[in-house]
Amino acid sequence: MAFDYNRYLRLEKMPTLWCWGCGDGVILKAFIRAIDKLGWSQDDVCVISGIGCSGRFSSYVDFNTIHTTHGRTVAYATGVKLANPDKHVICVAGDGDALAIGGNHTIHGCRRNIDMTLIVINNFIYGLTNSQTSPTTPKGMWTVSQKVGNIDPTFDGCDLAIASGASFVARETMLDPRKLEKIFIKAFEHKGFSYLDILSNCHINLGRKNKMASAMENLEWIDNITMPKKKYDALSKEEQINLFPTGILHQDTNADEYCDMYQEVIKAHQGKRGKITQDEFEKKI
Amino acid sequence: MATREIISTGNDLAAIAAVDAGCKFFGGYPITPSSEVMHTISDLLPEVGGTCIQMEDEIAGICAAIGAAMSGVRAMTATSGPGVSLKAENLGLAQMAEVPLVLVNVMRGGPSTGLPTRVSQGDVRQSRNPSHGDYRSITLCAGNLAECYTEVVRAFNLADRFMQPVIVLTDETIGHMHGKAILPTVEEVKAGIVPRKTFDGPPEEYRPYECGPTEPAVLNPMFKGYRYHFTGLHHDSKGFPTEEIETCRKLIQRLEDKVMAHTDELEYNEEFMCDDLTGEKGEVLIIAYGSVSLAAKEAIRHLRSEGVKAGLFRPITLWPSPAKRIRELTDKIKNVLCVELNIRQYTEEVERVSGRLDIEGLYKVNGRAISPYEIVNKVKEVF
Repeated sequence: MAFDYNRYLRLEKMPTLWCWGCGDGVILKAFIRAIDKLGWSQDDVCVISGIGCSGRFSSYVDFNTIHTTHGRTVAYATGVKLANPDKHVICVAGDGDALAIGGNHTIHGCRRNIDMTLIVINNFIYGLTNSQTSPTTPKGMWTVSQKVGNIDPTFDGCDLAIASGASFVARETMLDPRKLEKIFIKAFEHKGFSYLDILSNCHINLGRKNKMASAMENLEWIDNITMPKKKYDALSKEEQINLFPTGILHQDTNADEYCDMYQEVIKAHQGKRGKITQDEFEKKI
Repeated sequence: MATREIISTGNDLAAIAAVDAGCKFFGGYPITPSSEVMHTISDLLPEVGGTCIQMEDEIAGICAAIGAAMSGVRAMTATSGPGVSLKAENLGLAQMAEVPLVLVNVMRGGPSTGLPTRVSQGDVRQSRNPSHGDYRSITLCAGNLAECYTEVVRAFNLADRFMQPVIVLTDETIGHMHGKAILPTVEEVKAGIVPRKTFDGPPEEYRPYECGPTEPAVLNPMFKGYRYHFTGLHHDSKGFPTEEIETCRKLIQRLEDKVMAHTDELEYNEEFMCDDLTGEKGEVLIIAYGSVSLAAKEAIRHLRSEGVKAGLFRPITLWPSPAKRIRELTDKIKNVLCVELNIRQYTEEVERVSGRLDIEGLYKVNGRAISPYEIVNKVKEVF
C-alpha cells in the first residue's frame, strides 16, 4: 500500500507556495516518513520555522506548529523544549535564517546541546525575497544585491555547528529522499542538538542568473559539489575546495544534554528556599 | 485581608511575585539595572520545577519566554530600555499571535546605552508601542516596593485575560531600593490566579482565533491534542496565514478592541489627598507615576503644611491611559503639574485627554531622582 502522507499534512493548505520543482517538497515528504517510522504521535511533536520559503514548512504539517520571526527558531524552540522536556522539538530554517540573522541562536543552541533538531534547508540564496546573497552563496555567483558576483566568503554551517558543540552534525541533499529519510530518523533519535545541512535547489532565484535555470541543472550542480564524507576525506586540501562532504560529519553520544543538566539544577534547589521571609529575617537579626 | 511583611528590593520582589503567580519559565539576558530579577528567579524557579535560562542575547530571552508561553506555561522576561528595543519585534509577534507574557522593564537613562546605573522614566512612550503595527499595549507602573510584587501578579492575570504581553515598568530607584513591603499572602495570590481560557470541545471544532469582536484568542496548551498554528502573519480563525481582506481587517480591529472595550478591567489609579479638592482657586493637582510619586506625596504633605491644597493623581495602569478620570480632574482643577523623569512623555497624553495645553511640567533627565523640595519649589514658582 502506498505511504499515506495525508495523515500528516494540512490538506486545506495545499498546494504549497513553493515553486514548481522546489526541493522543499521532497524534504517535507522525507520528514513525514521519518516521523512515521519513529511512530511519534503528532501531538508530541512541535515544529518551529522562521522566515523565508522554509518558514512555510510549519504551516503545512499537522503538528503543534510555530512560525516565528526571522532567525529566531532555535530561541523559540529552546523555550518550548525546556518547558516540555519530554516532547520532540524540530526547527526548520533556511540558510539566511539560521546562519545570518539567526546565527547567534544557532551557535548557542549547538553549544547548549539542547535536545532538538535544526534542519537547515540550504538553497544558497534568499529565495523568497528575490535572490539576495546568503551566507552560503558561493563566491562569484550573481545575486540581486551583488550583480557583479558575490564577493563574500562562503560559510559552512556544519563547520560552525561542530565548532559550536552540536553533538550530531550531518549533511545530505534532496537528491536522494531515502538517504534524507534515514538521516532525519538518526537526527530525531539523537539525544542532544542535531544540526542538519540539507542542500536544496532554487533554480528560480539562484539558478536563472547562474546558468542553471531548470531544476535539473540546479540539482546537477548540487550533485557535483557534494560527495560522501569518506571520499571527501581522501582528497587533498586543494581538491576539497568548493566541495561539501555528505553523511554524518560528527556525532558524540556522550555529550551532556541541556534538559538533563537542568534536571540536576532542579534537584540541587529542592528544599532550599531562596527568598527572605520575615521570619528568616528576624532570625538573622 | 491577611498580609505579610517582606524586607527586600524591588527587583527581588518582582521575581518572587512571578513565582507566586505561577510563573514557570524565565528567559533573560543580563542588563543593568534589571539583572537581579534574573539572579533571584534563577534560584526560585527550580524549586517549583520551573526553568530559568540566561539566553545568548535579549532577543533570545524573550523568544524563549514566548516559546514557553505558547506551549502553555506562564512565562516572563525582564530587561531595561535597550533590551526592550531589542525585544520589540518579538513583542509584536506575541501581540499578533496573542501570547500571554510578562515583561518587566526596570527603566534606566536613555536613549541608547544612556545612563545604565541611573534612574529614568524614559521608556514610558516606548512601552506604548514598542513594536511596529497596530495593537494596544497594556503597561502597568509600580510606584513603590509592594507594587513591584502586586503589579507583577496583576500583570500575569491580565496577560492571561487579554492574551497578550503585559509590560510592568519599574525603575532603577525602586528596583534597587531595599526596604519593607507589605504584601498579600501567597495563599491569596494563588487564590486570585485566573488561568487563561481553554477550549475543551472536540479538536476538529477548535478555532483558536474565532472569538467575539472584542474578545481575545482562546489558545490551548500544546501537546494536548489541539494542534494549531502560531504565526506573526495575518491569520485566519485556525491561525493559518491569510491575506483575505475581511479576515485581515477584523483581526487587527479585534487586537485594538479586545483591550479598548474593556478598559474598566485595566484602569487602576491612586488618588492621594484628592478628596477635598473641589476646584477652588489655588488648588494644585500633581500627576506623577512610578517612583516619582513617592517624592510627590512628600511634597504634597509639605505644601499642605504651608496651606496649599494639593493632591496627587497616580495612574498605575499607564497604558491604556485613564482618560476619563484625568479629564474629570483636569476639568475641575486649574493648576495641574506633571512630574516625570523624562521630557513630557506622559504630559502629552494628559494634554491629549484633557484637551488642555496649559499643563505645567517638571522634568528631569540627568539620571537623578526628583526630590520633594524640587516639586514644592516648582509649584510655588508656576502657580
